[in-house]
This record gives sequence, C-alpha cells and structure tokens, in this order.
Amino acid sequence: MTHKNMSQAFETVIGLEVHLQLSTKTKIFCGCANMFGSAPNTNVCPVCLGLPGTLPVLNHQTLLYAIKVGLALNAHINPFIKFDRKNYYYPDLPKGYQISQYDFPVAKDGFVMIKTDKGPKRIGIKRAHLEEDAGKLMHDNTDNCSLVDYNRTGTPLIEIVTQPDLRSAGESYDYLNTLKLMLQYLGVSDCDMEKGSLRCDANVSIRPAESTSFGTKTELKNMNSFRAVKSALEYEVGRHKQVILSGGKIVQETLLWDDQKSVTVAMRSKEQAHDYRYFPDPDLVPFTVDYKVLDQVRAELPELPGVKLERFIKQYGLNEYDAGVLVMDQAAANFFESCCESYNQPKKIANWLNGAMLKEMNERKVGISELGLTSVNLIELIKSVEDGVLSHLAGKEVLTLMLDSGKSAGQIIQQQSLAQVSDDAVLMAIVDEIIQQNPTAVEQIKQGKFAAAGFLVGQAMKKSGGKANPKKLNELITRRISHA
Amino acid sequence: MKLHSLTAHQILDLYKTQKASPQEVLKDVLSRIGLIDSRVHAYARLSSQNDLTQGVCAIPIAIKDNMCTKDEEITCSSRILKGFRPPYDAAVVERIKQNAGMIVGFANMDEFAFGSSTETSCYGATYNPWDLSRVPGGSSGGSAAAVVADETLWALGSDTGGSIRQPASFCGIVGLKPTYGRVSRYGLIAFASSLDQIGPLTKDVRDCAMLMNIIAGYDERDSTSVNEPVPDYTKALVHDVRGIKIGVVKEAFVEGLDAQVRTAVEGAIDQLKKLGATVKEISLPHAPYAVATYYIVATAEASSNLARFDGVRYGLRQSPANMRKNGLMDMYEETRAKGFGDEAKRRIMLGTYVLSSGYYDAYYLRGQKVRTLIKQDLDEAFKECDVILTPTAPTTAFKVGEKISDPLSMYLSDIYTITANLAGIPAISIPCGFSKQGLPVGLQLMARAFDEEMLLRVSYTYEQNTEWHLKKPSL
Repeated sequence: MTHKNMSQAFETVIGLEVHLQLSTKTKIFCGCANMFGSAPNTNVCPVCLGLPGTLPVLNHQTLLYAIKVGLALNAHINPFIKFDRKNYYYPDLPKGYQISQYDFPVAKDGFVMIKTDKGPKRIGIKRAHLEEDAGKLMHDNTDNCSLVDYNRTGTPLIEIVTQPDLRSAGESYDYLNTLKLMLQYLGVSDCDMEKGSLRCDANVSIRPAESTSFGTKTELKNMNSFRAVKSALEYEVGRHKQVILSGGKIVQETLLWDDQKSVTVAMRSKEQAHDYRYFPDPDLVPFTVDYKVLDQVRAELPELPGVKLERFIKQYGLNEYDAGVLVMDQAAANFFESCCESYNQPKKIANWLNGAMLKEMNERKVGISELGLTSVNLIELIKSVEDGVLSHLAGKEVLTLMLDSGKSAGQIIQQQSLAQVSDDAVLMAIVDEIIQQNPTAVEQIKQGKFAAAGFLVGQAMKKSGGKANPKKLNELITRRISHA
Repeated sequence: MKLHSLTAHQILDLYKTQKASPQEVLKDVLSRIGLIDSRVHAYARLSSQNDLTQGVCAIPIAIKDNMCTKDEEITCSSRILKGFRPPYDAAVVERIKQNAGMIVGFANMDEFAFGSSTETSCYGATYNPWDLSRVPGGSSGGSAAAVVADETLWALGSDTGGSIRQPASFCGIVGLKPTYGRVSRYGLIAFASSLDQIGPLTKDVRDCAMLMNIIAGYDERDSTSVNEPVPDYTKALVHDVRGIKIGVVKEAFVEGLDAQVRTAVEGAIDQLKKLGATVKEISLPHAPYAVATYYIVATAEASSNLARFDGVRYGLRQSPANMRKNGLMDMYEETRAKGFGDEAKRRIMLGTYVLSSGYYDAYYLRGQKVRTLIKQDLDEAFKECDVILTPTAPTTAFKVGEKISDPLSMYLSDIYTITANLAGIPAISIPCGFSKQGLPVGLQLMARAFDEEMLLRVSYTYEQNTEWHLKKPSL
C-alpha cells in the first residue's frame, strides 16, 4: 500500500483549548492592576499572593466579559455562577489550588463558524469558563535555581474548549484566526500571543476514515503562535500515522512543541497522573446572574465579524475579498463606514483603505486610529484623485506626506505643487517630444495597434514627473498621431 | 484592687470614673501573666508592642494565634509557619485596634485549630486553670485559659466544630460562635472555610455582647460575610425569659453523656423553667451523623486550605541534603513532613482521600447532602422553639494525654457543638455548674441564624440568677 493511500485512509481529529487573558482593569479576585510588564513581584498583594487568611472576591467585570464571550460563541449561558478549586502543587501557584469552574462553566454548548474549501463549517464549543492565571517560573541555569514572578497570578482567564470537530491543522489555524478576530471585536482581550494573553493547547488523534470512535490522543503545549499550532499539529499527525503504520501504538501523553527543531517532545510522564480533587470553593458563595444583566450584555454586543462581512458585501456592493480585508480590522471597518457616510464611493474607499492605507499602517506598524487621519481627510484626498487634481501615484505620495505632517491633502498639494498638470500647452510640449523619440510606437498606432498608446502615455507620465493627467495625455497623443 | 480579675465592662466603668487607667490595667494584666503563665501556658507569645499610649478606654485582649496581625509573628501554633509575619491585619484585628483594644498576646491553640485539647500546639500544651493536670479544651484553649486565669480581660477565638464553646465549657466562661457570615473571616488563617467563625470568649454575658459589638459586621473582603444590620448587642441583655420556647434535644441525653454533666444541665433546664421559659423536648434525627459529616467536610476543606504551606514563599522550608532528581518534590515532602504535626497530617490525608476521584461522591458529596438534612432538622425545630438546648460537651475537662492518642474519642468531644457549624447558626456556651472534682460544666444554646440576641437574652437572664460565672480557679 502506498503512503498516499494510507494517508487518505486516516481522519484527523483535533480539539483546541484557548486560554485568554481578559483585559479588565483589575485582577479577578483582588484589587491589583491587571497589567503586563511590571518588575517581578511588584504587582501583587496579600490576596493574589495567597497569604494565609486572605480571601478572594470576584471582580464582576470579569464575569461580564466571560458572558460576552459566551454569547459571541453562541453558547448557553449558565446563570448559576459557582467556582471550584483545582488542587495541585507547583511553585507558581501560591495557594496550592487554582480557582476555576468545574461543573458549571459560564458558557457551554456553543459554536463558531469557519470558512473551509467546502464552504462554512460549524466548530462546536464545549465550554468556556472563568479561572485565575498562575505566576511564572523562570529558570536560572547559571545559578541552578528557579525564580517565581507572581505578577501574573490572579490575571483573569477564560478557557475556551472546542468539541473534537476540527479535521486538520489548517482548519485549526482558521478556527484560531476566526476566534481571535471575534475576541478582538468584543474588546475583552488584547489577544497578544507574544505577551501570553492568548495561549493555545491542542488535543490530536487520528482514526481510520470510516471509524466513529476516537483514536488515542496526545496533548500539545508550548505553541507560541498560530503558525506554531499549525506546524505542531501537522508534525504530530504525521508522527501518529508513522507510529500506527509501523505497527506501534500512540501513548496518551503531553508533548511540548520545540519551535526551533520543529518537533514535539514528550514531557516527563510524572506530570500526567493528576487528580485535581475539584470541589466547590467555600470562599466564594455561588450566586445567580440576573437575566437583566444577561440582556444588557447581549444588547451591548458589537456586530461580529461574520455578520459585518455579509453586510459589507450586501450594503456596499464590495466583493468578498475587499469586505474580508476590511472586516479583519474592526477599526478600519468602522473608518470605512464613516467615509462612506459622506462619500458614496464604497469600492474606491475600500481600494484606498486596503491598498495605500494598509501599506502605511504596516510600514508604520500602527493601527488606523494611530495614523491621525480622519475620514474627512481621506475623502478630500480621494476626491482630489477622482477629480483629476492628483494622479493616483501622486495621491499615494500625498497620503504619505499627510501622515508625516498632519496636514490636509489640499495644504500639501498647494505647498508641494503636486497638482496634476492638465494644461494643454504644457502637456503638448511633452507629447511632441515623446512622439519624436518613439517613431516605432507611433507607426504601430497608425497601424491600429492602440496598445502602443499606453506605452507612450507611460513615457510622457515619466517625463512629467508623474504630475501629468494621464487621461488628458492619452487624448492629446491620440489626437496628435491621427492628425499627423 | 486586682484589676485583672474584673470583667471588661467593670474596667470600662472604672475608666469612666477615672478610677483606673488603661496603663494600670495593662500593667496589672502583664504582671498577672508573668506570675502564672509559666504554669498555665495560655499564650503562644506576647505582643511585640504593648502600646501604653492607646485609647482612653482600651481593654487588653488576647487573640488566638490564627488571626493575622500586622508585623507580628502568627503561626497557628505550627512549626510550618514559624517566622511568618503577615503584612496585614485581619478584619477583626483592625476592628479591635480601631476600638482601642490592646492586643496583649497571641493565645496558644491546637495546631491549625485541629483538636479539642490544645495539646497539638508546636509550643506544647495549655493547662486548665481549674486543674493543671487537665486540658482547657480546644482548639481555642489558650484563649479560654487566659480569660479564666485573668491573664486577659477577654479574648477572641475561632470555632469550626466547637473550638470556642468546648474550651469555654471546660474553663467555665462564656463563649459565643456567631452566625456564619456575621464576623469577617478576612485574615483568619483558614481551617475549614465553610465552618470557621470568629467569636468572643469572656468572663460574663455582658462582655460577650460588648465584644460582639466590636467584631460583628459586613466586610466586602469576605464574600461569605453577610450584609445584615448589626444590632447593639448590649440591648439584648434583657432579664426576662418568660414565654421563650426552649427545645431540649433528646438525642443529646443518651449514652456517652457524663452523669455529672447531665445533672448540671438538667439543673439549668429547671432553673430556666422557673424563670418562665417554656421547655419542650425536640428531636434532631440526623444529629447522630453530625460528627462523621463534619470530619468529611472539614478535613476536605482543610486539605486544600493547607496546601499553600509548601515552603516556597514563607514559613519553614526544609531542603534535604541528598536531593533526588526532582528536588522540588523533595522540598515539598520534607517541609511538610517536618512542618506539620501528627493531627495536621492525619486531617490532610483524610481530606485528600475524601476528595479523591472515585471517592468524592461517596464521601464529600454525601457529606454535603447530610449537612443539608441537618440544617433541615434545625429549620423544623425552630418552627417550634426559639432556642435549642444541649450540654456543650459530653464531659468535663479530661486529663492531659488522656485522649491524645485516641483521635476518635477526642473527636467525640465536639458531638454537641458541630451541629451549629454545619448549619451556620449561632451558639453559645455558658457556665451551668461544677462537677464534684470542681470542674466547670457548660450549657449550650443555639438560635436561628442572626439571632445572637436571643442567645444573649437567655444567657443573661440565666446568669443573673446563678453565680457559676463568678467562681475563680485558685492559682
């Protein structure tokens, strides 16, 4: 049997667990600021350090955020809020237990729609629950010791667990991007994987394509980007196939992704056999969320990316690509709509936003709001191009200058004499010169090969330093040659 | 005049008429401690700063060694917390300081409040001032002994299964466990979070009411604290029990109850009848399961609460000389092996077991269900009566060493007190007599949640008509 045949005979089954740090002002059970990057062990208090006698008090904002996420995941919200203790020993866990939610997660049984080659696919969400983050261990190899930074302790987390519905590394990658965009729209987290505000673990197994039971799964950790998740899953699926094809058995275990070597490495098996001894945390009294609170959170939900995409296509007549690029960036999408309000040229606006503006944002490494540009500014620029005052090329230059100086398009055009030259006398002199220099092209045009006219227009544009009005040039060249 | 032998309210009267000053009172109490504490051993340690300049009506108080007091060493009388100085005050300590209490010292206790005799302290046992060969009860045995030996004017203890009331009974003083949620637990080093409650140990009922006025109240730092208005408890000191319905629990007067205790308690029941209370027999059918239920719920919570004592951040850390490959596990094991005493280890193991996967349903979950049934028993009972009466403990103070190697018989000394913790209701122990050996007997009264006033009223009326509380041990 060939390898190709075997790979077709297997189906991949993947489930993902995403840990998301919520960007509330304070931590989940104490008043410490919820922020990243303080000097070690300075953003702590007796409560998040778990000092004897201290007690947790729920920060209700974290609950509202979690409900928001649950609603966006199309999940059932559990109004009965209860916290449990997950008991285990580790130096980064100051109480010897993590406060989490066991049998009553805030949200359960939801789904996320992703796009696949075969059309939209529904990825089931098993549960989403609130919990506290642990501290961070740092291993000092030179001193042969470990240091603990408790700043992260008590950072609010929501853990989002999918059903085993993902069928490839690629689908997993798409799911993560879809989920991340949705979470960014909700404004509940900065979703920055580098800072650890979004972390992802994966469970993966394979099974014969026709099988309905699951194969033995392995758990993958330590992926620091979505790309790493994809690579790790691809690697691990390959490894599973290899083991099974060579007559071996997959061992259920946790593996760490080594991004440098692009391999998965087994963790010490001792870490495995945990009995977390979950039980209700007696320090936090269970309570029921008022349905009015649920209604309020629901009312405050923003338009989510999927809905916005459909609307942009329908309402503005954008193609799926343009609408897609805009929706990828919530601020850009909003900017687009405010432009459209005063200038009814959605396609042109989209072109500018997805082209020149996106390029500027990438080069300056900022978001659209940090560009310091208003929709009025951009429309003035677009109109200058559309009215023929600026060539498209000059328009892009003006945009750069506007962003550099904070001046309006009009001010820059005036100062830099970037205005397009439409004066017949000036342009005719250039046209005459170009015609003289390119007799071959002129001959071709005379023979009816009008494509050569484009070449002459290009030459003339170059000559004018990009300032000539290309439409006008075309007219003049055609007229000159036909009259020659 | 021996200032230390007075009650707190008598001292306050002296302050008002300027017949005594806080400085004199503190000095007197400290000299009393210097004179007798080597024999009683009520204190784990004295306060590092006895500030004589505090408020004009300051009253010396003893705090149990499990309530965090800023910059003082607080250890729960355990080796594992030696050297731990909390950077913050417990809610009750804040209230004591704000109300010009002078914290004299930190009272000895059973390690982590695990015990009924104050013998499991890492500092050694506390002795009963009525008979130094006997235990003062526990776990707040140091607090109770300090009060009855006049080594403080009053004291705070904590009660998880009887740890205020049983030592109050053994020492012949007043001890109140308030309703769960009445007093903030913030800063109380937890034993069993769903049962723990801080309360007063005092020389009489008026002092008990006054100390309640200081410590009771809502605290947003404790999610289990309840936002109920706090009455002036001294207004509940009404000398009248006419028409009050007292339910006597029939299951309490069976085998295992010491005959002298029975006689004393029955005497108290007769007295209350004479004073106009209506007495009727009631049944708490699930009471026989209280001790078993308690030792499941309490140890489960304790096993988790004590997980933080791991040698990483504070207190004791033991690193074995020859570390194995996983040095971290070695450090944990060595630290906890050296840091905890036998009873603490026993309860951590028991609690870990009942929470383990495969056993959770059979023990912890079932325990919680029985707890609900016990609460329902009480709800039923309170439909017929205002106060429920039992002995506080089945015996008077036992000998030091008598039960220390027999955990089950030790656990049974809380047989009458545990019910109130499981149900979260208030309960008080007041002196109601003495045995032929001269050992005090305690009477327990329980009331509906947040009806501490009922307990104070009945206790006060009884106290006004008896003299048990006036007797002092000779030391």
